[in-house]
Amino acid sequence: MRKVKKDLVVIGGGPAGLAAAKTAYDDGIKDVMILERDFELGGILPQCIHNGFGLHHFKEELTGPEYAQRFINDVEERDIEVKLDTMVLDVTKERKVYAMNKKEGFLEIEAKAVVLAMGCRERTSGAIGIPGTRPAGVLTAGTAQRYTNIEGFVPGKEVVILGSGDIGLIMARRMKLEGADVKAVCELLPYTGGLTRNVVQCLEDYDIPLMLNHTVTAIKGEGRLEAVEISEVDENLKPIPETAKTIKADTLLLSVGLIPENELSKKADVVLDDRTGGPIVNEGRETNIEGIFACGNVLHVHDLVDWVTEESQIAGKHAAKYIKDNYEKTGRCAEVKAGKNVSYVIPQKIELEAGDRKRIPLYMRVSTPLTAVDINLYADGEKLYSFSEPFAKPGEMISVPLAQKTLDDLGNLDEIKVDIIEKEGN
Amino acid sequence: MIETKTLTCVACPKGCEVTVEYEGNEIIEIKGNACPQGQSYAEEEIVAPTRILPTTIKVKNGALALCPVKTTKQIPLENMFEAMEIIGNKVIEAPISMGDVFIENILDTGADIVATRDMPAEIK
Repeated sequence: MRKVKKDLVVIGGGPAGLAAAKTAYDDGIKDVMILERDFELGGILPQCIHNGFGLHHFKEELTGPEYAQRFINDVEERDIEVKLDTMVLDVTKERKVYAMNKKEGFLEIEAKAVVLAMGCRERTSGAIGIPGTRPAGVLTAGTAQRYTNIEGFVPGKEVVILGSGDIGLIMARRMKLEGADVKAVCELLPYTGGLTRNVVQCLEDYDIPLMLNHTVTAIKGEGRLEAVEISEVDENLKPIPETAKTIKADTLLLSVGLIPENELSKKADVVLDDRTGGPIVNEGRETNIEGIFACGNVLHVHDLVDWVTEESQIAGKHAAKYIKDNYEKTGRCAEVKAGKNVSYVIPQKIELEAGDRKRIPLYMRVSTPLTAVDINLYADGEKLYSFSEPFAKPGEMISVPLAQKTLDDLGNLDEIKVDIIEKEGN
Repeated sequence: MIETKTLTCVACPKGCEVTVEYEGNEIIEIKGNACPQGQSYAEEEIVAPTRILPTTIKVKNGALALCPVKTTKQIPLENMFEAMEIIGNKVIEAPISMGDVFIENILDTGADIVATRDMPAEIK
């Protein structure tokens, strides 16, 4: 077994890992290694060929491959070691990373700090339990995206999509443009899970029906999918049998959610948050295990890669500080809590010395769609201030700044809480 | 006849709800946009909607079978399928650099079809 020592090991070479590695390097950590299991860097972005990326970070609209290419070029311009086709098997809480690849065999890498940037994976048909047979032609939207955009074949001609997450909406348009008949996008909930712009550009532009309050109740076909049965659901999300109808289809795409991929985190005894499926972190994105940081979709599922970049810069910056031994905890820990209508807030705790920072961005999601909202911040029960937004949707992450000056004025704190409520008279 | 339409601006992911009052191709009033992009989006959306077309092009000898491409500017929505057919009939050769132009001025729209990533030739 080959043993090496590194200042920083980044697990995953997608947008999160690339930004964290680049930031740490620029902050003075030159001994950085990225471990990537695919044959190239970029993570999921190379298959996300559509535009809409980069508006926040680059102030211009890019496609997924372009966004990735910029960060890949940045990493290649720096002296950052990249190991491709390399699978990480284990991470210990002492920050030893065990990996293997074809050329070097089994590796032990002892790191001063580790950034977890493994991303997420899709929920599959097994996770949602659709009744019926198990023919070919039932696949996740991301798998169909890979087939269509990378491997070079379109996986079907008559398509139904279950779930209105962004990948499902994007694939509805993509398969339509590639000549498939996209018959419907069914969404169990009364609202879509994707960005509004995707509903407009992917469904409305191409007259693809969006069927809210509908789900797939049976899969039919021997060998290959022949048809799906869809039904309307009641207010308890239970299918109403008399509304069932059959749609002829050879392909069913599932866009029913993403799960942060934390098998390695668990091996290092990293504590996860039930609500996000990712690690519990402080404002530097450090987990409960000293020197192990997390960012991107492994931490919580994002809707925009721009926010992944912002978050990964935070993680990279703090990993660099940790390695340089200039990372100090205050010895007190304020919990950040999700209040009314908020499904989660990142970071979950604030415990670091402020240094020169001006604010801490709080990332959050609402649990239900709301219009004309006030986002209220409380410190130990006392209201601090509010932000107004015309609307808030579960599919669109909200970022609000917590001013450092406010924290300084307050002194010792046990809890920050965020409520998102509709304005009165609305 | 004066008509009113509520649009979701797709200029950025904020997704403002923009209300347009118009008569034929004449815009009377635009409301609800947070920035000037919303104004021009709403105008175009009523008169002639346009979109960027992102798709893929076949690659001979590439590390991958396809290279992602896009139009360098928005093209009319009604031209999408015709543009797809032209791009679908083309085969390019690796190596490719991001920004390489494969088709100039597609369908006289003023937009070129360009690569959106680098791609080395196939490693044998």
